Amino acid sequence: MERGEKEAQQYVWDGAIPLQIHLHDSEVTTLPPPSPALILAPRIGYLPLLSPQLKPFFSEALPPGVDTIWFEYKGLPLKWYIPTGVLFDLLCAGPERPWNLTVHFRGYPGNILLPCDGEDSVKWSYINSLKEAAYVIHGSSKNVMNMSHPDQVELWRSVMNGNLETYNRISSKLKLGIIGDEFSGKPNPSPSKGQHSVDETEATAAVKASRIPVRLYLWAINEDFNDLEEAPHFDSWDQISYINRPVEFNTEGKYFTLLDAVKSILPEFYPDSSNRTNAESTDEQRIEPEKERHPVVKLLRIQGIEPKMEIPFSWVVNNLMNPDYFLHICLYIKAPKTIGA
Amino acid sequence: MVSIKATCDGSLSSINFQIAAITFAEKWKKFNSDLPEWLWIDCSNRLGFAAHGVRDGYLSVQNVFFQIQRSLKEDYGECSSLNDYEEPFDIATLTTGDDGYWYDFHVVYSSSYSVPVLYFRARSSDGQPLNKDEIEKNLPTGSAKVLTDSKWTFITQEEHPYLNRPWYMLHPCGTSEWMKLILAGENPAIENRNEQYLISWFSVVGQVFGLKLPFEMLKSVG
Repeated sequence: MERGEKEAQQYVWDGAIPLQIHLHDSEVTTLPPPSPALILAPRIGYLPLLSPQLKPFFSEALPPGVDTIWFEYKGLPLKWYIPTGVLFDLLCAGPERPWNLTVHFRGYPGNILLPCDGEDSVKWSYINSLKEAAYVIHGSSKNVMNMSHPDQVELWRSVMNGNLETYNRISSKLKLGIIGDEFSGKPNPSPSKGQHSVDETEATAAVKASRIPVRLYLWAINEDFNDLEEAPHFDSWDQISYINRPVEFNTEGKYFTLLDAVKSILPEFYPDSSNRTNAESTDEQRIEPEKERHPVVKLLRIQGIEPKMEIPFSWVVNNLMNPDYFLHICLYIKAPKTIGA
Repeated sequence: MVSIKATCDGSLSSINFQIAAITFAEKWKKFNSDLPEWLWIDCSNRLGFAAHGVRDGYLSVQNVFFQIQRSLKEDYGECSSLNDYEEPFDIATLTTGDDGYWYDFHVVYSSSYSVPVLYFRARSSDGQPLNKDEIEKNLPTGSAKVLTDSKWTFITQEEHPYLNRPWYMLHPCGTSEWMKLILAGENPAIENRNEQYLISWFSVVGQVFGLKLPFEMLKSVG
C-alpha cells in the first residue's frame, strides 16, 4: 500500500466523536443525579462497546435490576449495529460537539432495536457484516468462515481497540482487496473526457467488474434548508432509508467517480445511471437550484468527511471504508420538484 | 435483459426476482385458495420519490396459522419413529384456534447475496411475539433439522430492510450453493426460468415451517 494511503487509513481509524452522555431521568435514583460522562468514542466502533467505560459513572445511581444498555439521541433509539461515526454523521447534520446522548440501562426497546447482549452481540454483527462484504466481493463468504478462531478473535480485538496494524495483518489474509490494487502506485489517469491512451486501456484490461459493498443511509428531503444546523432532527428511523446495495464497478479505463457510484445505486433518483460516462453526470450535478429538474445532493458524508464528488470511487473505497469492508455513506438528497414523465 | 446465465450459479437478479415474485403470488392464489394470499408489497416510493420504471418491493403473506397437535408431540417427542410426513405441525389453514401460532412471512430480495430471503415473525394467539427458541422448538422436526444441520441456513434475527423492525430470517449465505444443486441438470434455456427458481427456492425454505407448495404449482414449471 502506498504511504499516502496508509496515512489516510490511520486518520480514519483515529477518528473519534466526543460524547457527553446523560443517564435518563427515569433511571436516576440518587440525589444529586450523576454528572454526564464525557467520553471519546471511536468512529469505527460501536456504542455498546462503551459500556465498560460508562458503567462506573452511573452504576450507583441505577435502580436494582438487570442492566441492558441502549442509547438514544433526542428521543430516537440508536441502532447499535451501525458504527458510531456513521450515526453521528447521519443524525447530527450541523455537528454537535460534544454529541449529547442519553444512555439507558433499562426498558430496552425490543420492538425497534435488535437485541444486544453486550460485546458478543456486537462481535457477531461485525463478523456477519464482514461475511456479507466478502460475499459481495468474491461471491462467497468462505474465506471469512474459514478464519482460524484465534485470527477471528484477534481481528475483532483489533477493531475494538483501534489497532490498525494488527487489523491489516489479519485482514490481508482474507484477500478482500477490492479495487485500487491496480490503481495504487500508478499516477491517476487524467480524466480527459472520452479519450483513453492505449497504455491505460492495457493497464486496466486485467481489472474485471467488481462489486463493492456499500451501505447508504438516505434522508430524502422535502423541505429545503440552507444551514445544516437548521436541519430538522429525526423522530423515527422510518424517515431514513437504508440502502444496502453493492456498487457494480466496471473499470474498463473509465473514470468512475464517487458521484457515479452513488447514482448507480439510486435508480429511484437517477434512472439512467448505470455505466454512464462521467463527463455528462458531473456537469449536470453542478446545479442551479432554480432548475430543480434533477435531484440535489444536500449532504454526503463518509467518515465525517464531505468528499468532492469527482474523487475516484476507488480511492474513496480503499481509504474510507469501515473495518467491515463496507463503505458507509450518509446522504441527504432533495428530490426534483417534477417527477420525470 | 434476462440473465439466464445468472441462475446457473444459484443466484437471481433483482429484476427477475420481481417478475418471478408476482407470478408466484398469482399461481399460489390460483392453486391454493384455502391459504392466505401472497401479496406483492410495492415499495417503489419509499424514498419519497421514484423515477419512472423503477420498481422495488417484496412478497408478503400474513396470518398463516399453524395448529400444534400437542398429543402427537407427547407421544413421539423427538424420537426417530416420527416419520417425515407425520409432522407435529399441521398445514396452515384459515381456521382459528387457541392451540397454535400465527406467522407472517416475507420474501425479500438481497442485493448482497443476489438471492431471495425468507423473513418471518411469529406470535401466539394472544398476540405475544415468539422468540427464537420458541420458534425453533415448534418447527416440524424432520425437515427443519435436516436443513439446519446441513449448515445451508440458520435462523437469525435481523432488521427487516423495509420495515425497520427486528424480524427473523433464514440466513441467505448458503442459498446460492443449494440452489445451484437444485437447478443443476435443469434446462437453462426454458422460458420460465425465473419462476422455476423461486418455486424451487420456496419448496426448500417452506419445508422449514412445513409450508408446502401445491403439486400443480410445482408441475407448472416442469
